[in-house]
Amino acid sequence: MSTSNTLEQVNVIFRDVLDNDSLVITPETRADDVEEWDSLSHIQLIVNIEKHFKVKFLVNEIREWKNVGEMIDCINRKLPA
Amino acid sequence: MKEVKIAILADSSSQLLSQALEGYGLEAGISFRVFESDYDQIELQINDPDSELYRSESEYVVIFNSVHKLQQKFFNCPMEERNRFADACIEKIRVDLDTMFSRMKTRIIFLNFPFHNDSLFGNFSNSLDFSWTYQLRKLNFELMNLSISHTNFSIADVAQLSSHAGDKETFDPRNYIYGDIIYTLDFYALIAKSITEMILVRTGKFKKCLILDLDNTVWGGIIGDDGMENIQLGDLGNGKAFNDLQRWARELKERGIILAVCSKNTEHIAKEPFEKHPDMVLKLDDIAVFVANWENKADNIRYIQSVLNIGFDSMVFLDDNPFERGIVKTYLPEITVPELPEDPCEYMPFLRAMNLFETASYSKEDAQRTRQYQEESVRESLRRSFGSESEYLSNLDMTAEIRNFDAFSIPRVAQLSQRSNQFNLRTVRYSEDDLLQIAGSRDYCSFSVSLKDKFGDYGLIAVIVLRQTAPEELFIENWLMSCRVLKRGVENLTLNTIVEAGKKIGAKKIIGSYIPTAKNGMVKDHYEKLGFEPAGENLWELYTHSFVNRENYITINSN
Repeated sequence: MSTSNTLEQVNVIFRDVLDNDSLVITPETRADDVEEWDSLSHIQLIVNIEKHFKVKFLVNEIREWKNVGEMIDCINRKLPA
Repeated sequence: MKEVKIAILADSSSQLLSQALEGYGLEAGISFRVFESDYDQIELQINDPDSELYRSESEYVVIFNSVHKLQQKFFNCPMEERNRFADACIEKIRVDLDTMFSRMKTRIIFLNFPFHNDSLFGNFSNSLDFSWTYQLRKLNFELMNLSISHTNFSIADVAQLSSHAGDKETFDPRNYIYGDIIYTLDFYALIAKSITEMILVRTGKFKKCLILDLDNTVWGGIIGDDGMENIQLGDLGNGKAFNDLQRWARELKERGIILAVCSKNTEHIAKEPFEKHPDMVLKLDDIAVFVANWENKADNIRYIQSVLNIGFDSMVFLDDNPFERGIVKTYLPEITVPELPEDPCEYMPFLRAMNLFETASYSKEDAQRTRQYQEESVRESLRRSFGSESEYLSNLDMTAEIRNFDAFSIPRVAQLSQRSNQFNLRTVRYSEDDLLQIAGSRDYCSFSVSLKDKFGDYGLIAVIVLRQTAPEELFIENWLMSCRVLKRGVENLTLNTIVEAGKKIGAKKIIGSYIPTAKNGMVKDHYEKLGFEPAGENLWELYTHSFVNRENYITINSN
């Protein structure tokens, strides 16, 4: 799956969880850039992304993400080639 | 939309619970206004008389202690005190309850604890009274005792939810480590759904009747084609699945749920197994209304509703056939129609998980309900045999007992005030504690009416709460009556009693008021029909000096 395709799907999840239909995220987007993205919605995002892609993140992986791009890379590494 | 204020006190993150609660509330047509105390402030909120909790005036307080924190507390406990851990927790909760109830009028919903193993002694922990396993289970057990002794303290059975969902679907160890969120997102939703159901039944929304299809629902096969000896029951075919469902239905009936049958069949063929089949659990006696014909099921259910006189939204219809379910859902959207699984083996697991019959109370009279509805159908045929209504009524030999609220009547009065939606002038719901206060107050004068006739006992069927609002005025704070005794003249008898009570305290005027709801349209003109004069919008008054006792055919039984 290409990075842009993953990003599109993740964007849909972000809009749904953060309840913001016009939200556009890029690999550079960080939590500080999005008002609704707090620690609680972060966990809801993770759980929804895991369900959607049928993957499971390690707690250390989650702690290391600096922006959306690193999250996407992590998802892509887990998806079957 | 009806608004209900809820406070959540939690020692771990509770935002997901409150979000889910708001969602389920909206789905049920209630706007939950949730107050969440700051993280881990249970003690402070309870013990500070001026805390946000007390200022929130919440009708419900949800107390949510995390099992993880409880376990830490347990491990911090010295070894020699551990065998008293559960007792100490209960004692603490009891003190907290007393504090809270002395400072606010509320109902507490306490989340009990899911089982969470410590893997220290294995199975042997069951044999050690100081083990975590032993103390955790004891705590859940003692919480039940506490809710028996405190009527305003209820348990949300998280342990049961978790045992159904399984450990993996209950706990999310990563979110716990990462964000102090102990349960999975889905499990918070399950808890919220359960709490919502507990609150809904207290607003009068609960199920009173189970309507059963027969072929492939109550037994396997088609009675008209297969014949009585070949339907699957007992050891035959999938009989066990159907017997399980029948046993469940019979237990529901024993606890006061009315059973009805609605089947496409020839009546005498459909009744035959109930009378003759040795493996049938349900008998004809268990069924309050039996409808078997070839008409459309929506019409038949309308008929059942007219006999029972209860709301469609208090009925559940079970049918294996998706087509019939579809018809009933289309024409009677208020009825709950579970989408039964195709495989009969899955019927009971599926139905058990739905928790259709949540309730807020139980009294011994509940168990009599089916008999009462059967008596009603005998009365109905008597009524048809008389020319006039008064002839029929005088032939019923009705006797009434009128009594002030007391230890005997209060639980039943509380229950009627929660159940009754249609004949309910102001829909004030009273808890047992409210009623105790009313019974002891000098401003109030209140009574209940029980009715009997030659066919049977209706039990307690009317409740009157009167408040003296001015020296010469008596206000009817609520008047509610069971719909089973409509058109029996009970209203007349009751009004005579109200006026008598008014005269006793020197009241010149009785004031009645009507608060419209979606369901009580039938009593819109209640006071007008009884001879009150209009005194404003939905407000009525009656002068006691010119009142003439209203005719009825009920003898007052004074004992």
